[in-house]
Amino acid sequence: MTDITAWQGRDSIEVLTLELQGETFALEATQVYEILDQTSVTEVPGSHPFISGLVNVRGKVVPLADLRLKFGMEQTAATIDTRIVVTDIVLDGEPITVGILADKVNEVTELTAAVLQETPKIGMKWRPEFIRCIGKRGSEFIAILDIDRIFADNDETTSTHAASALEQSAA
Amino acid sequence: MTANDPSDTFRQEAQELLEQLEQALLDLAARRDDQDLIDSTFRALHTIKGSGSMFGFDAVAAFTHYVETAFDLVRKGVVPLSTDILTVALTAKDHIRNLIEHPGPEVESQGSAILANLERVIDNASSGNAAASSSPADDPAPAPVFEPANAPRAAWRVRLRLPKDAMATGTNPLLLLDELAALGDATIIANTDNVPVAEELDPFECHIGWEIRLITDRPKSAIEDVFLFVLDEMELAIEPLTDQEAAGNGAAGIPATETSIEAAPVRVEAGPQATPDTPAPAPIPAPARSTIAPAAAPEPRQAKTEAAAQKGMGSIRVPAERLDDLMDRVGELVIAQSRLKQVAASSTDAQVKSIAEEIERLALELRDTTMGVRMVPIASLFGRFRRLVHDLAGELGKEIILTTSGEETELDKTVIERLNDPLVHLIRNAIDHGLEPAQQRVENGKQSQGNIRLAARHTGDKVLISISDDGKGLDRNRIQAKAEENGLLAPGTKLSDSELFQIIFQPGFSTAQQVTNLSGRGVGMDVVKKTIDALRGTIDITSTPGAGTTITLRLPLTLAIIDGLLVRVGAGRYVIPLSAVEECVELPAEEDGRSRGRNFLNIRGDLVPFLRLRDLFNATQAPDPFQKVVIVSSGETRVGLVVDQVIGDHQTVIKSLSKLHAKVGTFSGATILGDGTVALILEIAHLVARGQQRDERLRATG
Repeated sequence: MTDITAWQGRDSIEVLTLELQGETFALEATQVYEILDQTSVTEVPGSHPFISGLVNVRGKVVPLADLRLKFGMEQTAATIDTRIVVTDIVLDGEPITVGILADKVNEVTELTAAVLQETPKIGMKWRPEFIRCIGKRGSEFIAILDIDRIFADNDETTSTHAASALEQSAA
Repeated sequence: MTANDPSDTFRQEAQELLEQLEQALLDLAARRDDQDLIDSTFRALHTIKGSGSMFGFDAVAAFTHYVETAFDLVRKGVVPLSTDILTVALTAKDHIRNLIEHPGPEVESQGSAILANLERVIDNASSGNAAASSSPADDPAPAPVFEPANAPRAAWRVRLRLPKDAMATGTNPLLLLDELAALGDATIIANTDNVPVAEELDPFECHIGWEIRLITDRPKSAIEDVFLFVLDEMELAIEPLTDQEAAGNGAAGIPATETSIEAAPVRVEAGPQATPDTPAPAPIPAPARSTIAPAAAPEPRQAKTEAAAQKGMGSIRVPAERLDDLMDRVGELVIAQSRLKQVAASSTDAQVKSIAEEIERLALELRDTTMGVRMVPIASLFGRFRRLVHDLAGELGKEIILTTSGEETELDKTVIERLNDPLVHLIRNAIDHGLEPAQQRVENGKQSQGNIRLAARHTGDKVLISISDDGKGLDRNRIQAKAEENGLLAPGTKLSDSELFQIIFQPGFSTAQQVTNLSGRGVGMDVVKKTIDALRGTIDITSTPGAGTTITLRLPLTLAIIDGLLVRVGAGRYVIPLSAVEECVELPAEEDGRSRGRNFLNIRGDLVPFLRLRDLFNATQAPDPFQKVVIVSSGETRVGLVVDQVIGDHQTVIKSLSKLHAKVGTFSGATILGDGTVALILEIAHLVARGQQRDERLRATG
């Protein structure tokens, strides 16, 4: 459902670029509702560390995810640049609004569809199923996040890893 | 509902009609010769057929036509009503629903079997008398359905006037008149008094009234049926004519005579033709025209349906999502208002304070009103179970009497919807396991019919729904034995009745020695428990061996808002539902200092275990010097929750947690506090269970 083929037939896609621990990632901009400054985050004791927080987004209680944990990055304290990107994900067929913690949010930019490349299976430090495809801007490579898969993978088991790898090779 | 799609309107209308139909059929099972019920059954069928064909549901119309024809025979007393007919009629009703909801050749093909069945039972009932007329006669008009009856010929005067916009809404007066004329010898006179002068005439409006003298062998209801679809808006008067008038009219019929009619001070031009250009010399005063049929109607059903129609007029349909949106907005308003209150409290401006108070009052009133809008009487839910009980009784060969009370009790719409499944399970269980077979009941000195009672009532801010049976009751020993066998209980554990009975809600627990089609597989009761927990309700069971079981569900009135106690644990603030809070005490310093192994409080002689929420929530901030204990209860168990600070009471709009946090059982939801931060709402049942586990562990280790 979410791979590079979905964008075939389009000249370019708009993405929001953000930084996690110095690495640049991108989210498809059409999925993004708004970008919030750091606000007070309520911890949910006993929840998965990846989604341990809740924030108030215009009267809605929204889970806050820290993607750095999914990419094996260090969790550092919030800085003046820290932002919360509010976006929709689809989990088990239902849309859920979530906030994503970003160390820094850069810009909305257009990526030419022609230069989008499929995620290489090897040579990446992150799990390949979390990356939808790789875009290129100038000489820089930008990994476009497969946000649905990142949230679907909530059990940290290798089986889901293997399953999605299978799914990919089948497709 | 913004009913842009007319077929949606039909679906909704049919839904209600089918419900009425089902109720009527089930009532008929008990009161088989109740003519009102038979009539309302017929009427519902007729309306479904009529609007079905109007909205293009031809399969529905065709199928319903046969059922209606069959019921017409019943209505006329040609065929006595038998249980078989009712059973088939119920199946037919389900089939109609299927046809409407899943139209397609597959469903349609099932219809012929039902019709064959219907024909058979009608045949049986009438011993071949009138079955022929229920077999296919492809005319949807009601008239040909009637067999030549031997009712005496009677003369009627029918006066009618359609609403002005009748033609715009699709009524064709000519068809109505034709249909009326087909009933017998009719003389139709048009009354053109109200037709305005040409320049003011709107050709799309219907200004003509009619007076019809009808000599027919059909009953009055046949005349009324002609106007079935327009009855609510039109003016209609049906009066029997005196013999002389009838004779005068019936014998001659042709001469245009001016007759004065008793009772009404009206002179009417009687003419042989229904031409609109008939001159109208005598103006008809308004009062005469406004007579409406039920004034002298012999059938009380007429009055009943009119009352129902009037009730319908005063209400509008609103999609549920809009109500939810409204509730959300109001919730946000209440939150914003409580922020304003905080700001106003720190202000010295008297004007600001008074405005803040005004807004507080308005916001709370608005909230109450909005909540009221969502309340629905539980009757709609109880109604569904009559069919269930009826079907189960047939399936199990048990005679069952279902009594309900408190149908008018109102509950939040969402609660009612979610109660359906648990109640189905509980009723099935009561019927299948609770009620003994008739023979056994008689041996035990009970009446052979089993009784199932459904009752609802309000107590405070809770609604109690109870399901009682007068069956054999729960078998304490067997439950205990089974629980020990399954490892749910340590052997020899002593439990109170209500504690022991709670075990039947454990997943996989069933004492049924025989697994039947309906229950006994051990699924279901845990679903009941889960659903009721999710609704923040509790379940109590009382049972007397040999005399029956009562299961009582205790439910909150609404899911949207609760009163909560705001507490602080470490840096986090949490809400405890106020309904669960019994009292707050200070944690005695000596208890606080004691080893973590002994977490008990002495509350007026009772031993109450307590949980340190700081430990549970991994609070890192230094604890407050004087810890407080909030004593909460769930069912009969009490647990103390140790917190750093009790902040105060707080009206809470509940926001459910997303699926991502579904696994965190400690919290039932979240809310937004006055300063805009999110606070979690504690799930008391979960915490109490946790406290109990610890309690049991400690007792086990001594």
